[in-house]
Amino acid sequence: MNEKYYYLEHTADAKFQACGSNMEEAFKNAALAMFNIMCDIDRIKNEKEMEVKVEGDDLKALLYNWLEELLFILDSKNIIIGEVKNLKISKMENYRLEAVVNGDDAGKYEIFNEVKAVTYNEMFIKEEVIGEKKRIIIQVVVDL
Amino acid sequence: MGNNIEIKRTGEYEWRIPRIGNMKVDAIIYASEKLIKDMQKDITLQQIKNVAMLSGIQKYAIALPDAHQGYGFPIGGVAAFDINEGIISPGGVGYDINCSVRLLKTDISIKEFLKYRHKILETIFRNVPSGVGRGGRTRITKDELKDVLEKGAKWAVDQGYGKEGDWKKTEENGCMGDAKADEVSEKAIQRGLPQLGSLGAGNHFLEIQQVDKIYNEKIARAFGISYEGQITIMVHCGSRGLGHQVASDYIRLMEKEYGFKHLPDRELINAPIQSKLGERYYRAMCAAANFAFANKQMITHWLRESFNGVISCKIDVIYDVCHNIAKIEKHEVDGELKKVCVHRKGATRSFGPGREEIPEMYREIGQPVIIPGSMGTASYLLVGTKKAEQISFGSTAHGAGRVKSRAAALREFRGNEVRSELAKKDIEIISTSWKSIAEEAPQVYKDIDEVVRVSHGVGIGNLVARFIPVSVMKG
Repeated sequence: MNEKYYYLEHTADAKFQACGSNMEEAFKNAALAMFNIMCDIDRIKNEKEMEVKVEGDDLKALLYNWLEELLFILDSKNIIIGEVKNLKISKMENYRLEAVVNGDDAGKYEIFNEVKAVTYNEMFIKEEVIGEKKRIIIQVVVDL
Repeated sequence: MGNNIEIKRTGEYEWRIPRIGNMKVDAIIYASEKLIKDMQKDITLQQIKNVAMLSGIQKYAIALPDAHQGYGFPIGGVAAFDINEGIISPGGVGYDINCSVRLLKTDISIKEFLKYRHKILETIFRNVPSGVGRGGRTRITKDELKDVLEKGAKWAVDQGYGKEGDWKKTEENGCMGDAKADEVSEKAIQRGLPQLGSLGAGNHFLEIQQVDKIYNEKIARAFGISYEGQITIMVHCGSRGLGHQVASDYIRLMEKEYGFKHLPDRELINAPIQSKLGERYYRAMCAAANFAFANKQMITHWLRESFNGVISCKIDVIYDVCHNIAKIEKHEVDGELKKVCVHRKGATRSFGPGREEIPEMYREIGQPVIIPGSMGTASYLLVGTKKAEQISFGSTAHGAGRVKSRAAALREFRGNEVRSELAKKDIEIISTSWKSIAEEAPQVYKDIDEVVRVSHGVGIGNLVARFIPVSVMKG
C-alpha cells in the first residue's frame, strides 16, 4: 500500500484518502492521488512548471478549490500534473494556498480516466494522533 | 447501507418509501426485485429519500430501474418542483450537464459493413477526437464559443457540420432557448474552448451497432428502423469540462448564498427557482446543454465523413436525448396542468403521443427514447408513453448503471482480456487506453435487459428495437 494515498471502494466514482505529517503534505498527496486516477503519474515528465494560488473560506473549501484548479489546468491547457512543490497554506481572514505544480502535455500519456469534478461527497480532513506522531488524513470522492 | 430503509412493495415493479420525518412526499422506486437488491447495496435509497425532503417537490421523488448512488441525487433520479415554491439543484442535474445520446441510422446492412469494418473504425478514431487532455480538432474564439452556447446544434450546422434535419430530430431542437452565455464563467469558457468537438473519456463512447431485434415494427419503421441487420450508430457524450465547471461554479455560489446546514446532505445544495441565483444557474445549465448538442452535431458530421470516405452510405439522425438536465415543463399534478421544473439525472424524457415538445414527424407516435447499454452489451430504442407522463413526469431509465466500482473492475479484469472476450462475440473495440477498457467491462454494469424489461413492464417506455454492438470506440 502506498503510504501517501490509497483508494477505497465506490460504485460509480473514485474515493481516496491522502495522508501527510502536516496539512501541506496531505494537500499535496491529495493532488497526486487525484492525478494517479487518471494516469500513471510516475511516468509524467515534469517539464511545465506553473504557480497556483487558491483561497477558501474553510479548509474543505480550500481543498475543493485546490483540486478543481488543477482540473482546470488540465482542461484549459491540456497539462497533466505529476509533481507538487513548495505548497504553503496560510490563514488570514480566509485560507490561502500557494504551490508550484509541474507536469507535461496530457496527449503524450495513456490517460485511462477522466476526473470530471471534485465533490464534497464524504469529504473529511482530520488529524490523527498515534503516540507522539500527528497525522493528517484527507478523504475525497471525485466524480468520474 | 441503504438496506435499513423501510420500503413497501406496492406493485410488481413499484416500491415506496412512505413519507416520514422531513420528507415532503413519498419516494417511489420502479424496479424488479433483482434491481432493488442492487440499490440496497449502496446509498441510492437514502439519496432518493433525501430528495423527497426538498422544498416544493411535487407528487413524489422517483428512482428509475437503473438508479444507483450519485452526487446528491441518485443517478436514475427524477424530481419535479413547483415553479414558484420549488428549488433548482446542480446535484439534481449532475456534473456532466446534458450528458446525452444520439442515435443515427444508416442505409447499409451488417453484411456490407463487415467488409470494411476495420477501415471504418480506424478512420473514425482518427477523425473524432477522444480521451483526456487531447482537445478537439477545431480552434474557436471566445466569442464563437458564446455563440455555440446560445445556439447549440444550429451553430454547428451553420458552420457546415451536418444538415438542418439533424437538429430538428434532437430534443429541444438541439438548442435550449433560455441559455445565456454571460452566466457561464470565464473559467468554464476556458475549459470548453479546447474541447468543443470531442468525445471525452470514461463511460463516453461511439458505437456502431446492428439492429438485433424489432419488437414493434410499425413504430420502428416510423423511426427509420426497417430490418434486422441494419447498421445504426450511437454517440454518447456531454458538455465536457465546460459543463463540469458550470456545476462547480454554481454549487460554490449557492453554498455562499444559502448555506447547506438546513439540508439533509451538503450535496443537495440548491437555490429557489425564482431567485436570481436559481435563474442564473438555469440559464448557464442551458448554455452547457447547448455545448453538448453542438458537440454531438460536430461528431455526427465527422462520422458521416469517415463512413463516406470508405463506403458510400446515407446517415440520418433518429433522435438525440438528454440524460442530465433540468427543464421547465407542464405536467398534471392533482388533476391540474402545472408548470414544474423537472430534474432528470441519469434519466431520459419519455413523452407519449401528442406532446408538442416531440418533433412533428414523431408526434403522433411518441418520443423516441434511447437507452445505451454498457460496452459490449445491447442498447435499446423505446417509445415514450402517456403512462410515463402520469407516473414519472414523463421519464424512464437512461442506461445500465454501475454495480461494481472501478477499483474492483481493475482487480478483476484486464483490458486485453476484456478485448478478447468482446472479440469472441465479434465486437471490435478501439480506445486511447487499455486500462479504461477494463474499467468499463460489461460485468461492472447492471443488466441492461432487465432495466429495459422493467421500463416496459411499468409502461414508462415501451420496447421498439434492440441493437447489439459491432465496433466500439471508447473515449
